[in-house]
Amino acid sequence: MTEETKPFEPVIIGFTCNWCSYRAADMAGIARMKYAPNVRLTRLMCSGRLDPTFVFKAFAGGADAVLISGCHPGDCHYVNQNYKAMRRYHLMKRVLVQMGIEPGRLKLLWASAAEGQIFANEINKFVEEVRALGPLNWNADRRPQIADHVLLSVVNGQPAEAEVKA
Amino acid sequence: MQRITIDPITRLEGHGKIEIFLNEEGNVANTYFQIPELRGFERFVVGRPIEEMALITNRICGVCPEAHHMAAAKAADAVYKVEVPPTGKKLRELLYSAFYATDHTTHFYALGGPDFIMGPDAPVAERNILGVIHKVGLEIGGKVIQMRKYGHTVVEMIGGRKVHPCTSIPGGLTKGITEEQRKEIEEMGHWAIEFAQFSLKAFNDIVLSNKTYLDLIVGDVYTHKTYYMGLVDANNKVNFYDGKVRVVGPNGKEFVKYEPKDYVNHIAEHVEPWTYLKFPYLKNVGWKGFVDGKDSGVYMATPLSRLNASDGMATPRAQEEYDKFYKTLGGKPVHQRLAIHWARLIELLYAAERWVELATDPEITSPNFHTIPTATPTEGVGIVEAPRGTLTHHYWTDERGVVTKANLIVGTTNNYAPIQMSTTKAAQSLIKGGKVNEGLLNMVEMAFRAYDPCFGCATHSLPGQMPLEITIHNADGEVVDVLKQFVD
Amino acid sequence: MSKPKFAMYWAASCGGCEISVLNIHEKILDVDANFEVVFWPVAMDAKYKDVEAMEDGSITLCLFNGGMRNDENEHIAKLLRRKSKIMVAFGSCACEGCIPGLGNFSTVDQLIDTAFTTLSTDNPKNLRPQTSYDAPEGALHIPTMNPMLKTLDQVVDVDYYMPGCPPESHQITAVVELVIAALQGSAQLPPKGATIGAGNSTVCDECTRKRNEKLIKAFGRIQFTHTDPELCLLEQGIPCNGLATRSGCNARCPSAGAQCIGCYGPAEGVVDYGARLISAFASVIDSEKPEEIDQILDGLVDPAGQFYRFNLAGSLLRGSKSAHHQSNGS
Repeated sequence: MTEETKPFEPVIIGFTCNWCSYRAADMAGIARMKYAPNVRLTRLMCSGRLDPTFVFKAFAGGADAVLISGCHPGDCHYVNQNYKAMRRYHLMKRVLVQMGIEPGRLKLLWASAAEGQIFANEINKFVEEVRALGPLNWNADRRPQIADHVLLSVVNGQPAEAEVKA
Repeated sequence: MQRITIDPITRLEGHGKIEIFLNEEGNVANTYFQIPELRGFERFVVGRPIEEMALITNRICGVCPEAHHMAAAKAADAVYKVEVPPTGKKLRELLYSAFYATDHTTHFYALGGPDFIMGPDAPVAERNILGVIHKVGLEIGGKVIQMRKYGHTVVEMIGGRKVHPCTSIPGGLTKGITEEQRKEIEEMGHWAIEFAQFSLKAFNDIVLSNKTYLDLIVGDVYTHKTYYMGLVDANNKVNFYDGKVRVVGPNGKEFVKYEPKDYVNHIAEHVEPWTYLKFPYLKNVGWKGFVDGKDSGVYMATPLSRLNASDGMATPRAQEEYDKFYKTLGGKPVHQRLAIHWARLIELLYAAERWVELATDPEITSPNFHTIPTATPTEGVGIVEAPRGTLTHHYWTDERGVVTKANLIVGTTNNYAPIQMSTTKAAQSLIKGGKVNEGLLNMVEMAFRAYDPCFGCATHSLPGQMPLEITIHNADGEVVDVLKQFVD
Repeated sequence: MSKPKFAMYWAASCGGCEISVLNIHEKILDVDANFEVVFWPVAMDAKYKDVEAMEDGSITLCLFNGGMRNDENEHIAKLLRRKSKIMVAFGSCACEGCIPGLGNFSTVDQLIDTAFTTLSTDNPKNLRPQTSYDAPEGALHIPTMNPMLKTLDQVVDVDYYMPGCPPESHQITAVVELVIAALQGSAQLPPKGATIGAGNSTVCDECTRKRNEKLIKAFGRIQFTHTDPELCLLEQGIPCNGLATRSGCNARCPSAGAQCIGCYGPAEGVVDYGARLISAFASVIDSEKPEEIDQILDGLVDPAGQFYRFNLAGSLLRGSKSAHHQSNGS
């Protein structure tokens, strides 16, 4: 298959919270539920840790979409910090739309630790929605698969070592 | 065809260059005064709230942000159909008067004036602010700094900042002034009047009393008979902040007087593909090219234009100077471009007098400086006189007051065609039979510098040397001669 | 001994930085006494050729203001970088793009099209400026606009950043005094890459208004209310960017009753200015219900402009999708 005829595989960066959504992803994995490999997950202690900087850096770095996931409203391990994520998500979306980035490229998903199947289904759905939107082509010359350790550098704020694979 | 390139022109906001082409006889066939810049304000203000126009358009020009601030503020008032309380209008005009005094001072002493005060034959090293100081006295440098300080102090007191004021909002201002501030402003205003009178006296003693200079002013090289534009109040007197736009013909008679909202019925902008700037002209006369005369839509907007377009000055001392001006130069209208420098000083005096008038107005310290708008925003035009010419801001908004479209016709832009013509005429007068002389270097500069093109710094500077290089190419592109001054 | 050489240049800027330098008033004589001004197009007539003829590194201090809007801006930035020892990104345009950076919401074609099709423009042949045009007498050239406006450090290596639109005159005076002292050996310049002529905190720190816990139920606009001059503007619902904006200006605008619009750039430690503001504004919204949150956010009519007004070109995203696509050809 040539480069042109391969289906577009979205690159999606996902931010999950340690207590709920990351455990949901874990659960899906342990139960061998298959779901699309396009989402690179990053674990935060809480969705309230989600700094909009992470989202913008992901898009600027070549991601086609970003997923934010946390505990259901009312279930936040840190009481109510997921509401911060909710408010930031709403405001970020408006800014991204003004930048020409389709609203469908940023998703907020609440998932409890027991909802592995739901989590897997939502990811599959999201991947197809983004596939339909097409590549974002923010910087076409960096149209890449982003290595995991490069992703981590976004969260840790340290420079990444290896180059991005083309 | 031989080509002479003058690049870059310094002391123009942004950059500019001049290309001069000679025909087979070695006379000037044509010149092109090119503007190489575009930033795109009319596009990128779309999507921004209307109240931000007075803040964003400040950044069109950091020398005259006050002008854009006021034009945008007035346009926003019009968008909301809100009436600014008298105190609000007076505070804005007071800020504006102090700004005018500062700006005209900077231009005359540091920029345009040296050409005049020192004269075109003076050594280049002396044609700058230092030469001016030596000629008129050492304290003058201190006075110029003082005038600028005072002017910017008033701007900051009313406008919040020295550069890029922030206090005008739809319906008025965010703050007023205290009685203490008012006293200080009034005192500075009295000083400004004295300074303006001193400047006019200096101009009289040094320039007008010197026959050579007078001949230069009234000579033909810098004369163009065009239309003249300026804002006038209800009595047809010059007003910088508000009024109607009046245009008089080359014969001095009123051609049209229109309200700001009707500008588009009278002004159009001609396009040439060799420059990023457009050429405004009078729509109802028509674009006939870069030519003078009553059948050509080209018009000028400068201090001289404002005096020509008015029936006088609204303050007594300035009116005296206005009368003397026209008596000396043989009546209205005056067509000689170098007279702009003199007109600028008369405006300096008016600005200072108006400054004191407003600072002593009983309403000026009232706390009623803002009316909250209630109407649905739609569309509005705001016009003020920028020091360099009539400034028009036009905005359309949606029902939330977010800008959907904008049209800006900026001060110096009005004069783009006249500048182009003045440069051509200067070149044509000096370059004959293929001989280029040193006089060209100076006289071409003087032609565009009189307009104070956008930025105040229209002239020479600290070292007093005007490095200028003119390269002459033959038809094969080979360099045949290079004229230099102060270029190694 | 010859005096160290000084240069100041304006790229795509407005001249406000130059005026702010002139507003140091008598201090300008200190500049004149301690430096030889070799290139400053606004004030004196040295040409590009004169700069080209200078030895590399012979200009001790270059204050470069203005953004990189076209190829001429970039060319001169690179030229002055070669010729200068210390290159300062002077003012918001050079540091982060400033107001002209708002052009990055659009493509260059859109910027030009708008200017050449306004209501008052007479353009029956639908002409646009041509970078190379064959006039009857000969070829004429004007610079080519970059697809996106760039900051100075996106084009050359920058030694110091001096933020502000424009940098306040008292800050300029302080920097001039520091540089003169450093040249005389009685002071040390900060490490390369530092921000100078500004504070390390935020505008809120310099603002004298009273601050309480912020619980925003609605965002307002400055013209629709007579604000309390003693109370924090954001608390009154007026969108004020002081929270993420670098200190150094003495909170001039809030002192005058107007909201901070962010002209001093990001505060220390901020990676993306707009992202920081999004975080801050979102944190103070007093609601946990999505519909209510949306309704409160409707009061911010231009969030991208509010959060990136001066900073778009220097932000992580740098511009809109269409601007990027025109830039990378997709």
